[in-house]
Amino acid sequence: MRQVTGKGLAAVGLLVAVAVWLVWNFSESPAAFLRVSIIGLQNGALYALIALGYTLVYGIIELINFAHGDLFMLGSLFGMFLLAQSGQDASNPATWLLLIGIIAATMVFCGTLNMTIERVAYRPLRNAPKLAPLITAIGMSFILQNIGLIWNGPGQVSVPVVLPNEVLFTIGGVGINSIPLIIVGVTIPLLLLLTWIVRSTKPGKAMRATAQDADGARLMGINVNRTIAFTFALGGLMAGAAGVLYAQAVSTTRWDQGFQLGLISFTAAVLGGIGNLRGAVLGAVLIGFIQALNEGLPHGAGAQWSQSLVFSILILILVFKPEGLLGEQTPEKV
Amino acid sequence: MSSPTAESVTQVGSGDRGSAAPVLEVEGLRVFYGNIEAVKGVSIKVHPGEIVTLIGSNGAGKTTTLRAISGLNAPRHGTITFEGKSIGGRPGHEIVKLGIAQSPEGRKIFGRMSVQENLELGAFQRTDKDGIKDDVARVFDLFPRLKERINQRAGTMSGGEQQMLAMGRALMARPKLLMLDEPSMGLAPVLVDLIFETVKEVNAQGTTILMVEQNALAALDVARYAYVLESGKIKLEGPAAALATNDEVRKAYLGEG
Repeated sequence: MRQVTGKGLAAVGLLVAVAVWLVWNFSESPAAFLRVSIIGLQNGALYALIALGYTLVYGIIELINFAHGDLFMLGSLFGMFLLAQSGQDASNPATWLLLIGIIAATMVFCGTLNMTIERVAYRPLRNAPKLAPLITAIGMSFILQNIGLIWNGPGQVSVPVVLPNEVLFTIGGVGINSIPLIIVGVTIPLLLLLTWIVRSTKPGKAMRATAQDADGARLMGINVNRTIAFTFALGGLMAGAAGVLYAQAVSTTRWDQGFQLGLISFTAAVLGGIGNLRGAVLGAVLIGFIQALNEGLPHGAGAQWSQSLVFSILILILVFKPEGLLGEQTPEKV
Repeated sequence: MSSPTAESVTQVGSGDRGSAAPVLEVEGLRVFYGNIEAVKGVSIKVHPGEIVTLIGSNGAGKTTTLRAISGLNAPRHGTITFEGKSIGGRPGHEIVKLGIAQSPEGRKIFGRMSVQENLELGAFQRTDKDGIKDDVARVFDLFPRLKERINQRAGTMSGGEQQMLAMGRALMARPKLLMLDEPSMGLAPVLVDLIFETVKEVNAQGTTILMVEQNALAALDVARYAYVLESGKIKLEGPAAALATNDEVRKAYLGEG
């Protein structure tokens, strides 16, 4: 029988408190509960797309790529730039078809950009002490932010929403809007595609082998540099999709949006267990829900406490489970 | 910079190894870790069909020599020639493609993957699906224990099983030259015998082998030709049988004297 520790009791106590709080809110206002859950799911999906870029890169070269959030921001700007160039807006009901093309183009843009960043900024530092690429990543984050600043100006820029924005159906008096469902509907296939690539394709196997032991991978005949570039490309693709979808969800872009969302998404990756794909998705959805529940429920603490809450939960989880929710202590060390 | 001379090498027994050209020739190899010179002018030859062993104490530069041949460490001086092509300083994946595979020190198996996946990664450069299947079967013939563990996570296996997997995985590349780094390290005596028997069997099936060992007695027993490495330099070389009876070798490496 396992020994009951103080830490274990505290964990159970916390979970019970959260459950009581949820039931209390739900009984008071089921409609609000449903409404914020959908928002939480939508934001969680977007965070997941970004978090995967952090977790993939960390998994393979143990670098926290601080520039990743800003890559997502540039994706937003690029996608909305393409939309503006097309001259179409919501008045043409077929514009959302165009948006699919824009998502694809933005994914390619961000994938290529991320590969380029890896090639010029990180690869030359491959054998340098770990701190060197980390500082470089922070520098790269500032560079990308400044590109966004020059490109998009210092303020918030509104963009036309061309996703169909209508109430699809009503549950218990709550209208379910189409945009969150579309965002989740685009995200899930992307996540499945990514999982399939990593699990079942040859480049995916090369990624997993390189992540576990780069020299071991070289001895298998794996081109490690190319595999790392491929990993950055995958992360970039996901960030590009997130950029366009996020801009459509909030109908604005801003040069510094990547900083905050990047931080949240990175937190999601750590929460789930950095390096673990399913962990990143789970962490992202959890954070999406925590934020939405806190901001939208009758007994929530409100938006001004959202960040503090998210990071408090991160700290708590890392105290109880330092490797993250789905992370594992590597068993292969002999 | 003066390069170390070859005169310090003592030839024991006959240096005659037949008329065939060596498949691998390392000449004046020097490898550094930062400013520390780990390999100080090593020259070795491996002829087709041979088992050649590199023996010496801990830190003599055996592993670094193999790492340089596999492209994991770049040589600062010297040449590495494989089948007439210069390969020194080329990246690891190209060297595997040319036909050199290694079962490395510490095994470097992929612990979170299954035995099956590890073996398939060994054949990463190959595209002949049927051939790969045949070779997985061949590895299971050599190491029936691996077949029992086919879907087990490699990291949860015992040290001996992991060593079998590392060797089997290297064989999956169908190498012309198989390099083994300390295949007997940390294994129970009964497993050590099994590993060396397998080395002989693989060699008999036509694979040339270059093996690094601390277990000099066992290594000299299976090898045809041997080099003794000391502090980054070749000290002695000769037919394994001659070295095994050499007084200096017996004193220093076989625990006699």
